[in-house]
Formats: sequence, structure tokens, C-alpha cells
Amino acid sequence: MRNGVLLSVRDLHTWFEMRRLGFFHVGYVRAVDGVSFDLRRGECLAIVGESGCGKSTLIRTILALETPSKGEVIFENRLVSGIEPRHIKWYRSQVGYVQQDPYAALPPFMTIRQILDEPLRINGIPSKREREWRIKQALTEMKLTPVEDFLHKFPHMLSGGQQQRVVLARARILNPKLLVADEPISMLDASVRVEVLQLLRRTQEELDLAAIYVTHDLSTVRHFSERIFVMYGAQVVEQATTSELLEHPSHPYTQALLDAIAEPDAENARRMRVVPAGDPPSLLRPPPGCRFFERCPHAMEGLCENEEPPDFVLSRFHRVKCWLYQDEKVLSADERAEKEIS
Amino acid sequence: MLRVEDLVVHYRTRAGTVQAVDGVSFSLGKGRTLAVLGESGCGKSSLGRGLLRLLPRNVKTYSGSIFIGDLDTMALGNHRYRRDVRWQRLALVPQAAMNTLNPVLKVGYQVAEPLLVHRQVNHKSEAFKKVSGLFSLLGLSSDFLNRYAFELSGGMRQRVAIAMALIADPDVVILDEPTSALDLLTQANIMNVLKQIKKDMGMTFIFITHDVGTASELADDVAVMYAGEIVELARAGDFYTNPRHPYSEKLMASVPTLREEKELQFIAGQPPSLINPPVGCRFAARCHKRLPQCAEQEPPMVNVDRGSQVKCWLYQQSDALIGGGENEERRSSFGA
Repeated sequence: MRNGVLLSVRDLHTWFEMRRLGFFHVGYVRAVDGVSFDLRRGECLAIVGESGCGKSTLIRTILALETPSKGEVIFENRLVSGIEPRHIKWYRSQVGYVQQDPYAALPPFMTIRQILDEPLRINGIPSKREREWRIKQALTEMKLTPVEDFLHKFPHMLSGGQQQRVVLARARILNPKLLVADEPISMLDASVRVEVLQLLRRTQEELDLAAIYVTHDLSTVRHFSERIFVMYGAQVVEQATTSELLEHPSHPYTQALLDAIAEPDAENARRMRVVPAGDPPSLLRPPPGCRFFERCPHAMEGLCENEEPPDFVLSRFHRVKCWLYQDEKVLSADERAEKEIS
Repeated sequence: MLRVEDLVVHYRTRAGTVQAVDGVSFSLGKGRTLAVLGESGCGKSSLGRGLLRLLPRNVKTYSGSIFIGDLDTMALGNHRYRRDVRWQRLALVPQAAMNTLNPVLKVGYQVAEPLLVHRQVNHKSEAFKKVSGLFSLLGLSSDFLNRYAFELSGGMRQRVAIAMALIADPDVVILDEPTSALDLLTQANIMNVLKQIKKDMGMTFIFITHDVGTASELADDVAVMYAGEIVELARAGDFYTNPRHPYSEKLMASVPTLREEKELQFIAGQPPSLINPPVGCRFAARCHKRLPQCAEQEPPMVNVDRGSQVKCWLYQQSDALIGGGENEERRSSFGA
């Protein structure tokens, strides 16, 4: 394993078996279908995609909440995927998870103090004084002050933004090395979104955490991450630095996604948007070729529908899974590793 | 086309009276779209339901006047309102409409039902002909008529829900968050459909949303709601370039944009409780431009230039100046 790599995801596949009447095998829903990447310490990665593209399953597999059908997740040189839950308790304390819906993520019958106390107790901090101190520190960091007002409240007594800040406090209270946030601001109102996003960013920077930020909203990514993956049909179809992706979106899907975003501008009402028709492919029987083929405006007859495009390399950090770029050099896995080392 | 004056919708709850909509007034011309912008709990959905008189049982006060053309709908009894106004003059695409379709009826029949109920057509086949015409306008193929809701994708179901609202040729259609549960590409598709209908049929929409960006897709006018009141009413062009109310300003500053480099801002604090709203301006506690009188006196709706209205003390004094200045300008231009 190379230095500095915290999390390594190797050719990850998570397939769910479909059975009819609970018995007859029908096939597999390929929720994650061949995803590989490395995440270094302190590095931020954003994963963008629409609902059903497999982004949530991907991070659930990374969090060891799902067992991959193939491939592995390696954290600090130790395998964490496909291992019995009781043997990877150490891993849970290293990863903070910020869920999408804060109200559903917080147990309604526990006070904020109990919610934040539990992970500390489970992970063996016996001193009550230290636990108390860490709870107060986490709440102060998340600007839930005065702390005493919040300790005895139940989640339903807080606003959505405050609830999400409690979730964030809980995720960072064990000083993890990796923070995983699954659509952390999509359930919040516009005026408090930015506050939570900034707190998330600040936590990440101050503690030098690696972070995975999953979202469907491209316009918030810029304010969080320098590196971005676009997922479609269970695969990563384009990866690049955020600024490069915004300036030179290369995959037709990324282009469509960027074009569909409604910026606040009164001119919008005067023009129609060009949007690819149709729906994402079924993951039970994905098409043999490119998964975006049916909706793609640049689809090439005979090629795209039959053969799956490999990752074509456009620049150091920019890769795209599309036949349009077949003239670019294709790197084998070895060459790619070499290039990364250099 | 539609004129609303001093609409009040209050709910009775155990904790007290919730003033969900508190004195809302606006008017809307034919073929125009008013976007009602606001955060959750600001009363925007209650406004939509109030306009259609689709109210829950715990309503305490429901008053004000709603004129559609010359028809004073508030003067009508419930029976006549249902017969003459609801769906014939005013229709609604409810929130998460795609999940409101009846699972055991074919979608074609569901869309045709208002025509049959209101006796706009004499025969079922006639109704279905109209439905299939509308389906093709919305980009739905006509063999969807005989399908059930579960056989359609989210975007298709949303189109069916829009067809249901349009079928009886209403004067005004209220869209309550028509795209918020959909994916980005589907969202853009639905907005295209709505734009097309607006252009082809000259439909008048009230577009209720929390999303400042999506609102700009359809809006001619924008009304910003905060804590049960409209705090700013302006033309879309003016609003998006120059929001007046401090709340609108902050709201716009909090929207992340794709290409433009800007410092994002947020509004500290929370909206006030609608059970016991503050006496003065309801935004005063969170406002960055607060004046001494804000906490004590409710600001009036002030006319600013070009038909914008702002409910804020900041514009009270300057009102006379701007108004005067503009009058003079106008006079001089007439002179020339």
C-alpha cells in the first residue's frame, strides 16, 4: 500500500439478489458495479448522481453496512469489507457518518447528552468527566450554544438545522479519520444549508479528516470538495477535479446534468432546456454497452450499445467512461498505478 | 385574472392559534406566473390550499377575498364553490402529486374524472379523447391511458398529475412544489413541459416552491413569504438582480451557484413561531439591517419603483424620494 492512502476501494461490486416469491432466483440488482478509488488522509471526495444510481449503496458498502459481492474496501491497510461486524468495531470508531435525514437518524427517546454519550461509552472512555468535556466541546464546535440548553433536549425539540448539527457532532465526537456524509443538507431549508455545509467543511479542515460527500446537487460540491465523481447506472462515468469538471464536462451525462441545473436567473423563463429523454437503465438487466447509450445525444451506432467503454484518461485527474474519447490514451491498471506514483 | 385581498388562514391547535397565512394580498394577470418562495413552515402551502378552500378541519379563521375575474369566490357557499370554482376555475397540483394518484384506477380514467363529474362532456369517449390530446401535449404516450400509476416512473406520474389539474380548462393552476421529489434531469423535463403549456395555452400559474433556482424557470413575478406574510412582491427580473427585503437578500446570498464565485451566507436563528408571532416585523430578530422601530411596529407594505412592494421599514422614507424622483423623470420624458 502506498503512503498516505487512508481508504482504498478496489473493484467494488455490490449486487443484491432478487428472488420471486422469496425462492426463485431472478437475477441481481447491480447497485454498485465496479468502482475503484483511493482516498488519502485529509482528502475530500464528492460523489454526485441521481437517485437509484448506487451512490448510497456505495457508501453503505464503504461503511461496512453492506457486504460486497466482489472487490474489497481497505482502511489503513486492513480489510474491512465482508468481515463480521463484531470484528470491525475499531473501524466504526474511525469513521463518522452523517445521515441524510437528521430526524430519522437521531433516536427520539434519547436526550442530546445521551445521544453523544453513547459512542464514547461504547468505545471505552470510562471517565465521566472526560466524556462530559468532549460532549460540551463537540456541541460548542457545532455552535449549539449555550450547551446547557441543549443537553437535556430531545431531538424533536430542535429545528432541522440544529438536528443536523447534532448528527455532525455525533459523527466527529470520536475524532474519526474519515467522515462520510450522505446528502447532509438536502432535507434542510436554503437559509440554514450553508451553515451546515460550512460547519462540515470546517470540521473536515480543522481535524484534517478525509471526507466523502454524497449529493445530487452539483452546485454545492464546489464549496466542499476539490475532487468529484459522477455516478450513473452503478458506475463512475466521470472523475475529475471539481473546477475541471465544471469547466470541461466531458461525459454526455455530466453535460446534461450541468445543463439541467437551474441557476437563479430570470432569463431561465425564456428558454427551454435540452434534456435527454427517458430514464436511467434498469440495474437488474443493465445494457451490455454504455449505460447512458439510450439517452445519449452522441451515441454511436454499433459501438456504444454493444461495448462497455473503459476509462479514458483526459488529463492527470480527469477520466471519462465514454467512447467519444477513444482517441485518448487508455491506460492499463499497471500503467495507471505507475502514473499515480510519479 | 386573480385578485387576493387580505387572505387569512389560521389553524386551531392545542398550543394556540397558528397564524399560517396572515393577511396576504396579491393580484395576477392572465398568462402570468407568480412564484411563491419561502422556507418550510412559512405558510406557502397553506396559501395554496386556502386559495382552493381545501382546508383541514381545524381551521379557525378563513377570511379575506379572492376574485377570479369578477367572481367573488368568498361569497359562494361550499356547494356552489365545489360546483363552479374548484377545478373549473382554479386547480391544484398538490405536493408530491405523483404519490397522490389512486393505485386501483387507470390513470386515463383518473384524469378524465373531473370532466365527467362537472359534466363538461356528455360521453366517456369524448372525455378520453380530450385526455389523450392533453397527454400528447405533456409528452405522455396515449397508451398510458390504460395503465395504472405503479406502472409509470416518477416523472411520468408527475405529468399525469399535471394533466389532472389542466383537464377542465381552469383559469389558474396552483403548483405546489411540482418538482421537488424528482431527479434533476426529470425536474428539468417537467419544467420544460410547464413552460410549453404556459406558452401554448397561455396558462396562469401560481408556482409554490422553496427553490430559488427552480422558481426562476417559470416566474414572471415573485412573492417571498416569511412567517405567514408576503414580505416582498416584485417582477422576476427585478427580484433576481436586486432583491429588496433583507430576508430576500440573504436568501439569494445563501443559494450556491455553479459558476459564479461568491461567498455563501446563511441566516442565523430560526423563523418565529406562528402561534405567537412578534409584534413588529417578523424578521426583525434575524435581520442584519434592523432599525429601532422594527421590533415594535409592524412595517407597512411599501411601494418601491416599478411595481415592487416590500414590507420593510428601510424603504419607508426612501419611498417618497424614489417615487418623487421617478415621477419627475416620467414628467420630463413626457415633456420631451
